[in-house]
Amino acid sequence: MELTEEKLDEHHLDEREVVDVVVRFAGDSGDGMQLTGSNFTLATALYGNDLSTFPDFPAEIRAPVGATFGVSAFQIYFGSEDVTTAGDALDVLVAMNPAALATNLANVVDGGLVIADRGAFTAKNLAKAGYAANPLDDGSLAGYRLLDIDISAQVLAAVEPFGLGHKASLRCKNMWTLGLVMWLFDRDRGATVNNLKTKFAKRPEIAEANIAALNAGHAFGETAELPSGIHVYRVPQARSAPGLYRNVTGTQALAWGLLAGAELSGIELLFASYPITPASNLLHELSNRGDFRVGTFQAEDEIAAVCTAIGASFAGSLGVTSSAGPGVALKSEGMSLAISTELPLVVIDTQRGGPSTGLPTKTEQSDLDMALFGRHGDTPLPVIAPATPPECFDMAREAVRLATKYMTPVMLLSDGYLANAAERWRIPRVEDFERTPVKFAEDSGEFRPARRDPRSLARNWARPGTPGLEHRIGGIESDHDSGNISYEPANHQRMTDLRQAKIAGIVNDIPLQEVDQGDVSGKLAVVGWGSTYGAIHQGVKRARLEGHDVSHIHVRHLCPLPRNLGDLLAGFDAVLVPEMNTGQFARLLRAEYLLDVESLGKVSGQPFKIGEILAAIHAKCRKTEPAQ
Amino acid sequence: MNQANLTLKDFASDQEVRWCPGCGDYAILKTVQKLLPTLGRPRENQVFVSGIGCSSRFPYYMNTYGFHTIHGRAPAIATGVKLANPELDVWVITGDGDGLSIGGNHMMHTLRRNLDLQILLFNNEIYGLTKGQYSPTSRLGTRSPSSPAGSIDPPLSPCAVALGAGGAFVARSIDTHAKHLSAVIGAGHAHKGTAFIEILQNCPIYNDGIFEPVKDRATAPDHRVEVEHGKPIVFGGEREKAIRLDRERLRLEVTGADAEDVLIHDESNPVLAQLLAAMGGPDFPIAIGVLYRRRQPSFDEEFSRRKGKSREGNLAALLQGGNTWAVD
Repeated sequence: MELTEEKLDEHHLDEREVVDVVVRFAGDSGDGMQLTGSNFTLATALYGNDLSTFPDFPAEIRAPVGATFGVSAFQIYFGSEDVTTAGDALDVLVAMNPAALATNLANVVDGGLVIADRGAFTAKNLAKAGYAANPLDDGSLAGYRLLDIDISAQVLAAVEPFGLGHKASLRCKNMWTLGLVMWLFDRDRGATVNNLKTKFAKRPEIAEANIAALNAGHAFGETAELPSGIHVYRVPQARSAPGLYRNVTGTQALAWGLLAGAELSGIELLFASYPITPASNLLHELSNRGDFRVGTFQAEDEIAAVCTAIGASFAGSLGVTSSAGPGVALKSEGMSLAISTELPLVVIDTQRGGPSTGLPTKTEQSDLDMALFGRHGDTPLPVIAPATPPECFDMAREAVRLATKYMTPVMLLSDGYLANAAERWRIPRVEDFERTPVKFAEDSGEFRPARRDPRSLARNWARPGTPGLEHRIGGIESDHDSGNISYEPANHQRMTDLRQAKIAGIVNDIPLQEVDQGDVSGKLAVVGWGSTYGAIHQGVKRARLEGHDVSHIHVRHLCPLPRNLGDLLAGFDAVLVPEMNTGQFARLLRAEYLLDVESLGKVSGQPFKIGEILAAIHAKCRKTEPAQ
Repeated sequence: MNQANLTLKDFASDQEVRWCPGCGDYAILKTVQKLLPTLGRPRENQVFVSGIGCSSRFPYYMNTYGFHTIHGRAPAIATGVKLANPELDVWVITGDGDGLSIGGNHMMHTLRRNLDLQILLFNNEIYGLTKGQYSPTSRLGTRSPSSPAGSIDPPLSPCAVALGAGGAFVARSIDTHAKHLSAVIGAGHAHKGTAFIEILQNCPIYNDGIFEPVKDRATAPDHRVEVEHGKPIVFGGEREKAIRLDRERLRLEVTGADAEDVLIHDESNPVLAQLLAAMGGPDFPIAIGVLYRRRQPSFDEEFSRRKGKSREGNLAALLQGGNTWAVD
């Protein structure tokens, strides 16, 4: 389907009180935009707004100064109502140089606020960004509110007392800008001041200079004569259920979910992985968790990582490995071994733009087919996908539960957006979780590794070191009863059927599919999986406010699919599946349920916008609803 | 089970051994089954991990814990086993193709890390299970189904590779030289760290007799030298020949056993170990025994230390750490 983005009317900066705002900080990859954004996010969370963030950075670590391909950005959508995406169009763009302006201006709403550092709009930088004339002067920004300040000069003056030198002083530009934006939205600077003191604990003069810059930016907003229409905005606090809250990224939530899953199962984790963008942060997060007896192992390659995890599972720990698409492809032979030998294993795929190296820092959902089918032999395994950063916590626990209960590898599909995006999270109470302790085999006189639980069909798990249970497993087909090597034709049929039945049977152990929004039958179901949740949620919400008969269904268990999903979808006249690939889940639903499912694919490396979902709903409704 | 009463039979599984008649693997299996009861370690703590190939069927025949894995990956799987439970004695069984071709990367990094494992590499200089193609240790010009006119890629020396990768225990022995093999494997087991043991192994089907000069009673004395730490390196039927170092050219030479400067084997000397590993061919005997041994902390010791002895972290405290806010 052709994507036609609907222009949204978010032009509301004329008011002093606004319901929600989208702000994007953009600058060179060395300008500290991610740090700026994360501090603004924290202040916004502490203020009490709902929020969602989208760090959007290039693959280059320090791209050439001023280059358009080196622009690093951090976007945050915050407001007083339920916020589930990082926002479509920008109300406020902070452009630290011409390249940041050139690459982001098209997304700013009419009348939106553009804050630009005039000091960085030099002839050289303008040329690099492709500007023939300075856009700050030539009237081309007339449709926006422009606040152009020589931030560089302001910063140099503000940090002069600290004697840092020219270059180090200019590094405080991001904090000056943050101070100004904090003034604009009435945020408290306390948490940022604390963060700076911690970050630069060993270099207090740097901390003090940054704090001075932060305060100077704030003071500038308070005291300078700003153009008319630029003033402090009030974004009322969001209504929230009572509880203790924090911000959490998908990666943090995954790491903590694995820890929680291991604790609830009474098992130790061995996390083995090889560095790859955007999955490495999970390795970093868990590497600090020795206090939970998590072993983290940086393997020599992706294959070694999955194999080390499998070895750990054989020895009675839970092996976990993690990568992005190219690395998961390398792990596939190992995953088949774990399926064949029926060992628990969790494989986390933080998907990125493919194929090959593709777009390492950009998001995509194009590994679904690989997760479901991308192995040699008949190798079914459960595949699950969290929809939001907080949900990563729950789905990581679910992965541990399924892997250990069913003695199977489990694939968890995250993506570059989920991994890095932050949302508010009502912290769950650990004591509320159900414990699912792992039971290892004990000496029973006549042990057989192939003996299985009649309900789950999981084979029993005997740890090396247990006297009397010495046994051998391997990748050669094994006898259904003794577990010894077997080339018997009937046995291979039986084992293949058994592997299939074991995974299919998990359908009785997962929740029925619920409808996220709207009725359980009707004209149109918008069906999503993974990180498209936020955009679909908002798109459907708006369409329903407009009176359209549309529901949102979001699938977390992709294999096996929930038992009632087919019947549920059959209750709708039409099914639309937005996903960040060329229609992989849509094809799966068509194949499983023989339904006329329509795909809405997007593979630009950027998450869906609400407007894109809404436009697709409109187009679909025009076809199915009679003209009024 | 009382460890003291265990015998060879207790370490033999009930599975029928399926190697070709006359395969050198039988002899190695027997030697290992005989050695294990003497090591004084619980049977349930013995874990054999293998890759793919003839030698990799080994774990099926051991009545211990065993894992027959995938081609080349045994060292990586064994790493996971050892890290998950450092109390286990972990043995890697591999071959020249499995360990040095498809699995060369894992071999290199396992040696570098010095994980406490025993790696027994059965070197028959040929691919057996896939029916006789040349391997990374096949001699130049080896005729095989995939190299009918003779192979054109030079072979590597397993021991030289192991030394180059930083291996802290590197040894070589021979499949049917049971006493020597048993002693070398025993020394490898006693070594804390990765013990790399190359075992020259005859493939009677695809590469028969390739090691005959070093195995045959008549020719062996002139074609192999058993090195022992602190002892002169002498060989020959009458022990009349010896090895000396040409100090000017930094290379070994064959000399008479009565020469003044016969080389004394020093297993702590990595340069000497490289020279001994490379020795062979028409003019030199090949060296068997412990070529090199160095004591250094094993990876798993350090790994376990960092992981801590007990779980001290509190999950609720972790989730509630950092910046939080309450909504009433």
